[in-house]
Amino acid sequence: MSSVNSLGQLTEGVRRPTTAAHGQSGLTLLIAWRNLVHDRVRFAVTLVGIAFSTVLMGIQLGMLLNFMHTTSTIVDHANADLWIAVQGVRSVDLATPIEERRRFQALSVPGVAAAESMLLQFGSWKRNNGVRELVLNIGVEPFAEMGLVPDMVPDVDIHDALSVPNGVIIDRLYADKLGVHSLGQTVEINDHRARVVGFTNGIRTFTQAPYVFTTLKNARHFTNRSENDITYVLIRVKDGFSKEEVARELKRRMPDVDVLNTDEFSFKSRWYWLFTTGAGITLVSSSLLALMVGVVIVAQTLYASTLDRLPEYAVVRAMGGPSSYLYKIVIKQAIIGGVIGGVVGITIVLVLAYISRDSSSPPQVPFWLASSIGIVTILMCICASLVSLKKVMSIDPVKVFR
Amino acid sequence: MNQPVVAASGITHSFGSGANRSTVLHDISLEVRAGEVLMLMGPSGSGKTTLLNIIGCLLQPTEGTVRLHGQAVHQLNIEKLAALRLQHFGFVFQSHNLFPVLTATENVMVALDLLGVKRSIAHERARELLALVGLGHRLDNYPAQLSIGQKQRVAIARALAADPPILMADEPTASLDSETGLKAIEFFRMLAHHQHRAVVIVTHDPRIFHFADRVVHIEDGRIGKHEIVTHEPASLTMGDA
Ligand SMILES: Nc1ncnc2c1ncn2[C@@H]1O[C@H](COP(=O)(O)OP(=O)(O)O)[C@@H](O)[C@H]1O
Ligand SMILES: [Mg+2]
Repeated sequence: MSSVNSLGQLTEGVRRPTTAAHGQSGLTLLIAWRNLVHDRVRFAVTLVGIAFSTVLMGIQLGMLLNFMHTTSTIVDHANADLWIAVQGVRSVDLATPIEERRRFQALSVPGVAAAESMLLQFGSWKRNNGVRELVLNIGVEPFAEMGLVPDMVPDVDIHDALSVPNGVIIDRLYADKLGVHSLGQTVEINDHRARVVGFTNGIRTFTQAPYVFTTLKNARHFTNRSENDITYVLIRVKDGFSKEEVARELKRRMPDVDVLNTDEFSFKSRWYWLFTTGAGITLVSSSLLALMVGVVIVAQTLYASTLDRLPEYAVVRAMGGPSSYLYKIVIKQAIIGGVIGGVVGITIVLVLAYISRDSSSPPQVPFWLASSIGIVTILMCICASLVSLKKVMSIDPVKVFR
Repeated sequence: MNQPVVAASGITHSFGSGANRSTVLHDISLEVRAGEVLMLMGPSGSGKTTLLNIIGCLLQPTEGTVRLHGQAVHQLNIEKLAALRLQHFGFVFQSHNLFPVLTATENVMVALDLLGVKRSIAHERARELLALVGLGHRLDNYPAQLSIGQKQRVAIARALAADPPILMADEPTASLDSETGLKAIEFFRMLAHHQHRAVVIVTHDPRIFHFADRVVHIEDGRIGKHEIVTHEPASLTMGDA
């Protein structure tokens, strides 16, 4: 029991600010959190929904990134500045041959430090048990400085290895697929004998055809190409010369072929596979689908939770609370869900990416992608709160006095 | 007598439109003064709650004006009207509508949070107010753990938290047993007489009639009898229930 006077003293404690700064004490965050955990089942559904869409987005976009990188692997790892290719080339894997004289023409251009030929040609690889696999033969000059760089083959001297007659280098990832168990094993490519003399590490193909590195001469031999056929001239520009200028001069002297710099060609190859084939579109659209599933689940659970609180929200409005106070509660509820579900989802994505790192198409989830997905997840939750915000906006405080 | 804090004049109110239009208040004029308990009495459906909503600035009347400290409020938009309520009114709702996910203390703190009061101060004050209404031992209980009478006292503490000069209660005794109900009304009387607040109580409960200073009878949306009540002073505390 308390006396009246104590209320009198109490009332002196609170003087109203003229411009009220609502919701400073973190109570909206507390209400948001308690609303979430109040209904455990609904909270679990929310988190599973958010994590699910984060995982799907992460895996799809990670695969897309991996796909993008593998489509241009050959270009990115070749160590060349410029590429001469058949006119209208769309992707590194899909070029028809040009004549080898292009290389000699290029060598006479000022600013060209080195020009090397490369032949890319599909072939049929026959395993010892008779099964055939499609491969992409890549032939480079015996003492090439470009096209097949030493750090791709850590354990052997590639030039020594390729000096073995009919020697080829494949990637460890595809050894099983190509039926290779040991170095020195002999196989057949288009019915020509070949010998495995080395392995690369993690040079993935995005098609079903693994890369087979060999010498230009072998590649011609395996694929029955004429002495004059090459696919690319790889060019290294001399120090002190600009790549653009050299490219322009090459183009001027050889108007009937394409001259591309590495970035351009890399981009072109990626673009081709991502958007002119269905591959990229599929991955992007399934990520969007995952995002939409997430929005729907979060919107549903958040709305149900908002409906549960309507009488109390109406009281807040009746007491004179601004609608923004209620928006804060709803949005904080959405963001808490997004943060927890997002962290869980991204953790799962990173674990999956780590586990599958040695597979032929592991999702690549660098930090920037993981954090972007985190942000998208939170934005998704905020989007999902719009229906609830609309409901809260329409609350009529009069209703509580009825 | 002192200046009215709220003055309503010529209030007419209709709900709906066209064929469904029904007028529930007809030309009502009424003044609310500090330091007195005003009761609006009348049968169910007579328009008491609608009138309370209008003088509490929760609802704009179809016709007529409401003045708060002499200022007309009829031109204010929804958010401005809300800000006005925050500054001037404390409400006790019949269905107390406490946040089920918040403790008694936290429920009272919501009212202070709306005013931007710092958390530590709000916490302290909420506990003092709850002690004042006899809930010092229930500070950390959730509404589900409280009796109806205790919930109502939390609601009263919440209404008082912002130190409002005008207190409004709709059927405050309807869900309470007589003893608890009388204690609540005595407490409202104390707030009017000793704290110089204006208290408006809507009721159709004849038991509490004699706690009013002034009773306005509403019948079919019109003012009927208007009487001044004289009585012996009420006790000044609100006990446990
Ligand atoms: N929002 C509304 N819409 C339509 N009719 C309403 C609304 N609120 C109240 N009424 C009607 O107005 C009349 C008076 O209601 P109310 O003010 O709640 O009376 P009381 O509080 O005296 O029981 C009733 O007939 C009721 O049905
Ligand atoms: Mg009523």
